[in-house]
Amino acid sequence: MLAGRLARSTRQLLIPVLVASGIVLAFTALAPAEAPAEITVGYLHRSEHKSPLSLTAVPAANEGIAGAELAIGDNNTTGKFLNQHFTLAPVELKNEDDPAAVVAALAQRGISLIIADVPADPLLKAADAGRLHDVLVFNAGATDDRLREEDCHGNVIHVAPTRSMLADALAQYLAWKRWSRWLLVTGSHPNDKLFADALRRAAARFGAKIIQERVFEDTGGARRTDSGVVQVQRQMPLFTQQAPAYDVLIAADESEVFAAYLPYRTWDPRPVAGSAGLVPTSWDDSFDQWGAVQLQNRFVKTFSRRMSALDMQAWTAGRMIGESVARTHTAAAKVILDFLTGPDFALAAFKGQKLTLRDWNLQLRQPVLLTDGRSVVSVSPQEGFLHQISELDTLGLDRPESKCRLK
Amino acid sequence: MRLFALAIGMALAIARVPAAHAFTAYVSNEKGNTITVIDIDKFEPVRTIKVGQRPRGIDVTRDGKFVLVAVGDDNAIQMIDPATGEIAGTLPSGDDPEFFALDPTGKLLYVANEDDNAVTIIDIDKRARIGEVRVGVEPEGIAISPDGRILVNTSETTNMAHFIDTATRRIVANVLVDSRPRFAAFKHDGSELWVSSEIGGTVSVIDPVIRKVTGKIAFTIPGLRNEAIQPVGINIAKDGRTGFVALGPANRVAVVNGATHQVEKYLLVGQRVWHMAFTPDEKYLLAVNGLTNDVSVVDVAALKVIRTIRVGELPWGVAVADR
Repeated sequence: MLAGRLARSTRQLLIPVLVASGIVLAFTALAPAEAPAEITVGYLHRSEHKSPLSLTAVPAANEGIAGAELAIGDNNTTGKFLNQHFTLAPVELKNEDDPAAVVAALAQRGISLIIADVPADPLLKAADAGRLHDVLVFNAGATDDRLREEDCHGNVIHVAPTRSMLADALAQYLAWKRWSRWLLVTGSHPNDKLFADALRRAAARFGAKIIQERVFEDTGGARRTDSGVVQVQRQMPLFTQQAPAYDVLIAADESEVFAAYLPYRTWDPRPVAGSAGLVPTSWDDSFDQWGAVQLQNRFVKTFSRRMSALDMQAWTAGRMIGESVARTHTAAAKVILDFLTGPDFALAAFKGQKLTLRDWNLQLRQPVLLTDGRSVVSVSPQEGFLHQISELDTLGLDRPESKCRLK
Repeated sequence: MRLFALAIGMALAIARVPAAHAFTAYVSNEKGNTITVIDIDKFEPVRTIKVGQRPRGIDVTRDGKFVLVAVGDDNAIQMIDPATGEIAGTLPSGDDPEFFALDPTGKLLYVANEDDNAVTIIDIDKRARIGEVRVGVEPEGIAISPDGRILVNTSETTNMAHFIDTATRRIVANVLVDSRPRFAAFKHDGSELWVSSEIGGTVSVIDPVIRKVTGKIAFTIPGLRNEAIQPVGINIAKDGRTGFVALGPANRVAVVNGATHQVEKYLLVGQRVWHMAFTPDEKYLLAVNGLTNDVSVVDVAALKVIRTIRVGELPWGVAVADR
């Protein structure tokens, strides 16, 4: 028993050392006698989740991690045939923790691939530390454009869509609907302002006009009280009255302060989009096209709950890792990065077309879903928005406008 | 004038002489929960048969007694009597059957269970499940070598073609191919296996002896974005000289030279073309267009689309029987 445990721990030590030093491991498809190559994938996650306005939107404790675990399971089914075995090593990043130290500790354990669901600032610290230790970081949670632009890193792959991709996806659909006069309402927190920036850019890009902007100040106060419904029902019409003629109200409220209260309560009878109403997202639990039912079923069967956008982003990151390791037979960061940015990488992720990487800033190209919370209304890019390289590059900042210089 | 009209009438009468063989095609309509029966002489739908929920994979038993259709949402394969159009029986296919293939003897059925990472083996006469092979994530394509010894299954998320020994029912080789392998087809002489990768956009040519990818068929269509080229169905003519590959949302069927593996022509068909079937004489190829709810008829010798036949809602697969 003891000997067995010792043997296993030696193996676990040895293989990551080989992997970290970039030695390509030899694999034979059918050699069950040999111990499988062990690949441990780090998962860095935030300790706090924002509290949403809707009770049904409260995230599960394992949101994100569950998606990564499902991908690890899928990778292991494939790994059975390639003699590869994947394990997820989740680490919670608390506010007082130093991301650099956490990454260094994971690298010490021989981990060269880390999926991260943390905000922009700790992500950058983790990425800097990753550079020192030859670690490749998969950003599954942060939508900040700056991470792909002025703050871009050569060792960070962005699986989550950016705010500009989400905003463009919405703007293309609204252009198709010819709802071109927008009333933009922005929250008072920094993230809300960043989303509003992306929406303004999208409006200019796709020919919409922001006829007026309003700011919804977060003055604090109880979210759910006995009289909440009455309050909201009175406040929202007042807040939205006396607007110039508009087609659609666009809400930028990542902080979950007011947007969910807008639909059916605006002064004028107008649809709402953005952070409520018609919402751009990487995944929706109602999505059933292009074989998505298979993934949805697999997720529900395993975790007894539905799959969120963050779960999908983490699954996608996990599958990118599985694909790369299956094809390159190594977990060495540099080899994986070369494969992912090379011509042979194409990920199938139930979006109706292959997902590939933008080699100029390491952002994953992807279609964006537009959901009303009950069903998927449309998928962008919309037909007719053309591009010389990939129509997916009509979403978000394109190569010529990019400020990223990969290092 | 009258003579002239008579001559035309006679010419028309000659043109209307029925073909030597009479064939019937069966098209599964995934959303309509029906099968459309097509008379190949007239190129017309002649009957609609109501079946279970979400019919996809479809074939005719070797003895012609039953049309088999996988009804995924009912977790079964239904046996339809082609004479009456009635459901004559059910095969226990396991969960969510999507695609299946008959072995060369026609006695066994190999079924891909998409939600269950398995291939189920069914004895058709006994109507019983007699075995199962565990495979990769989301098994889909099934092909059997002409000698019946090797079963090939493709798994969509694992991106492999699994080679399974039909005698031992064990996996003997796994070949990595491009993303989302949907369909596998052997040449009739067993010299090559073709596997289509829907998301990868290629067809891998595999040598079944050494079990390695020896070539890749690539597709380029001017004016069409690369992501729209999504190969699915493959039908190779008996002489192995020509292969047809359905390209999904590219709305085309590629004609591939069986020797050089180069594309010789693209035939414009309906929208989202997935599965196809030859008539037994290989005179025609029927290609099923999911989004336009129709079937394109390709004249194989002329390499031209000569007819379009309206079928049910979201057609998926097709099988052709000697009537």
